[in-house]
Amino acid sequence: MHRIGVFVCWCGTNIAATVDVKAVAEAARKEPGVVFATDYQYMCSEAGQALIRQAIKDNALTGVVICSCSPRMHEATFRKTVQAAGLNPYMLEIANIREQCSWIHKDIKEGTEKAIILARTAIAKVMLNKPLTAGESAVTKRALVIGGGIAGIQSALDIAEAGYEVDIVEKQPTIGGKMTQIDKTFPTLDCAACILTPKMVDAAQNEKIKIFSYSQVEEVKGFVGSFKAKIRKKARFVDENLCTGCGDCTSKCPSKKNKNEFNLGLDNRPAIYIPFAQAVPKVAVIDAEACIKKKTGKCGLCEKVCSAGAIKYDQQDEIIEREYGAIVVATGFNPIKLDKYDEYAYSQSPDVVTSLELERLMNAAGPTQGTLLRPSDGTHPHTIVFIQCVGSRCDDARGKSYCSKICCMYTAKHAMLIREKYPDTDVHVFYIDVRTPGKNFDEFYRRAVEQYGVDYIKGMVGKVIPHDGKLLVQGSDLISNEQVKIDADMVVLAAAIEPDPTARSVATMLTASIDTNDFFTEAHPKLRPVESPTAGVFLSGVCQGPKDIPETVAQASACAAKVIGLLAKDKLLSNPCVARADESLCSGCSVCQNVCPYGAITYEDREFRIPGPKRSEIRRVAQVNEAVCQGCGACTVACPSGAMDLKGFSTKQIMAEVDAICR
Amino acid sequence: MPVKTTENGEFKPLIVAFCCNWCSYAGADLAGTSRLSYPADVKIIRVPCSCRVNPLFILRAFQRGADGVIICGCHPGDCHYTTGNYYARRRMTLLFSMLDYLGIERKRTRVEWVSAAEGVRFSEVMNDFAKHITELGENKKLEDLRCKKSLD
Repeated sequence: MHRIGVFVCWCGTNIAATVDVKAVAEAARKEPGVVFATDYQYMCSEAGQALIRQAIKDNALTGVVICSCSPRMHEATFRKTVQAAGLNPYMLEIANIREQCSWIHKDIKEGTEKAIILARTAIAKVMLNKPLTAGESAVTKRALVIGGGIAGIQSALDIAEAGYEVDIVEKQPTIGGKMTQIDKTFPTLDCAACILTPKMVDAAQNEKIKIFSYSQVEEVKGFVGSFKAKIRKKARFVDENLCTGCGDCTSKCPSKKNKNEFNLGLDNRPAIYIPFAQAVPKVAVIDAEACIKKKTGKCGLCEKVCSAGAIKYDQQDEIIEREYGAIVVATGFNPIKLDKYDEYAYSQSPDVVTSLELERLMNAAGPTQGTLLRPSDGTHPHTIVFIQCVGSRCDDARGKSYCSKICCMYTAKHAMLIREKYPDTDVHVFYIDVRTPGKNFDEFYRRAVEQYGVDYIKGMVGKVIPHDGKLLVQGSDLISNEQVKIDADMVVLAAAIEPDPTARSVATMLTASIDTNDFFTEAHPKLRPVESPTAGVFLSGVCQGPKDIPETVAQASACAAKVIGLLAKDKLLSNPCVARADESLCSGCSVCQNVCPYGAITYEDREFRIPGPKRSEIRRVAQVNEAVCQGCGACTVACPSGAMDLKGFSTKQIMAEVDAICR
Repeated sequence: MPVKTTENGEFKPLIVAFCCNWCSYAGADLAGTSRLSYPADVKIIRVPCSCRVNPLFILRAFQRGADGVIICGCHPGDCHYTTGNYYARRRMTLLFSMLDYLGIERKRTRVEWVSAAEGVRFSEVMNDFAKHITELGENKKLEDLRCKKSLD
């Protein structure tokens, strides 16, 4: 016998203003199986919950329907309430009469009618609910951080500080990320390397942190609390444990003309190299495509000069399998490619550079040792034009619709640094808007204009024409409404930033969602900004959206706090709404196994009694691994025998809902 | 059978919307939070994923007198379960191609992708679909004759 109780919430006036809550309770009382129905101002309040608990006890209720806000809001709250009264927490259904009724309908009659239908739909469903028990799973007390830039390093340091193990997986030969390439940081103008490299060393020396550099996560299986990852440690042909980072090999290597990625191709590096002086780990790596020994079998100079005997030409990629309780995504960003921006002559003239290339040209560890020289002829530029929003806030398919957020500030920084170092250099900045929200940001920009005399021109550049070793910049000044022509020595493009190209594959691997721009989506834009909707996956840094360094570090620490909160638990409750096969109906056809995105379905031979002289037969039937099943329900529809069903969303339950709506 | 006329005799369609928990149901919640209205004719059933929607549910709804059925899921590529919405898309394409044969106008069904961030889009989709179904009129083609008999 069903004994259902219905509780209609007013939500103050949020529901009661457009839904006659008393009429809803009245109508619910008439539904078969309902023995109790009432309304109350705030069901989620302590008094409201006490009312529910009391009613369950007084009326010996077997199921509860709460007509209130979205189940996404308070389902967990009310599950605890009914559980406290001795009922199974899954004997509860919520009729969403706020978000999907009272808030969108103005007419009280219409709202009430719909609320009554939603209530009876929930009643029809709860009658078919079965008590479910959440399984428990253990938590592996180790976190995986994908990406070793400032975001990943900060998250890892904070997690390690709390006493948990952390692995950082970085695809480059060194950790540090984009920040290693930056010269100075806004708005304080402190040296990026001076604040970053100590953190890199801290990470390397922390006994809780293990760094897998020159490695990539290839596969992630499992779920929150027990992920299993496969990490490919690419062969660097140098033994990490033996290499001392002395650099003898790099100076002797005869294959010297290879693009130096760290300096964005502005100079060359040998085939065996250490990315930069402060690299962590400071271990050489051989670029197999450039190495003469790897290509022709002759040479072997580096092996001869290496006193540590660290060179291993026959080293192979290594696959490492590790288990984790939580995963932090810190895959970062890249400036967009500018090959489609012909109007700015980026691919035609070496003197048209991106802002990140300018960072290298102004960096003491860069190709020019910090002296700003034109890449074409090595002379000092006397007129420099900055072009903002190259690919940002862009309507066409070449660029991005969003604001990259950091460009206004770094351009002000560049302009200021150039004017400081070379006061005879004219600096012009073409902009759409100057956006400087942030602590001390606007003051910084105004200093560039007022104190350093940087010429800001509101307007876009139409064309950059290389001529006689110079660059003719043609643009418009929207304030004076005049065409502007500037004969520049260098042009700097503030290229939009986009998520790292690996973001999409990482998202797929983790079943975390990304938006149309490939930025990772957060679980809630305001209230859960560092969690991905996928349990156990957390977001750190620019992978979630454009950010500057302070924001990235803040988010990375927030992310670490969430990870620590998870790792501190000894047990996690798993979702009991998972698939189940009815063995008597299953024909073992494997259709469900093929559609299952988690590989949760296996087959087992079972003995069944059958009529006839044989008495029994062995049949292959599907088995769902409840710890692996995530409860999507793909198998339930695919099953040709109707043997698969989903607990909590069973075929009968949904059919009952359809019937209740269409009654 | 459900009442489908207002007091002044206007046709009020009965629309069943299947919304996946992670994107579209959240999108519907956002439409609510943002007070973006759509007709009360639309009644939402929450499913974990659009791939949980069995074609049977849709036929059942039509059989029981629904005038329109809409299935909403995450945008392709954004499925919380990686591939669920692709299954839904394929299944629905197949089902819809057979609807006319079964005696239900193909136009009474629709699949839409609405993300959790698209409250505006959810309301637009529902307004548009409800308008469309109102124009189509009552679903008379597929009637459960047993129901009719019991009424007589």
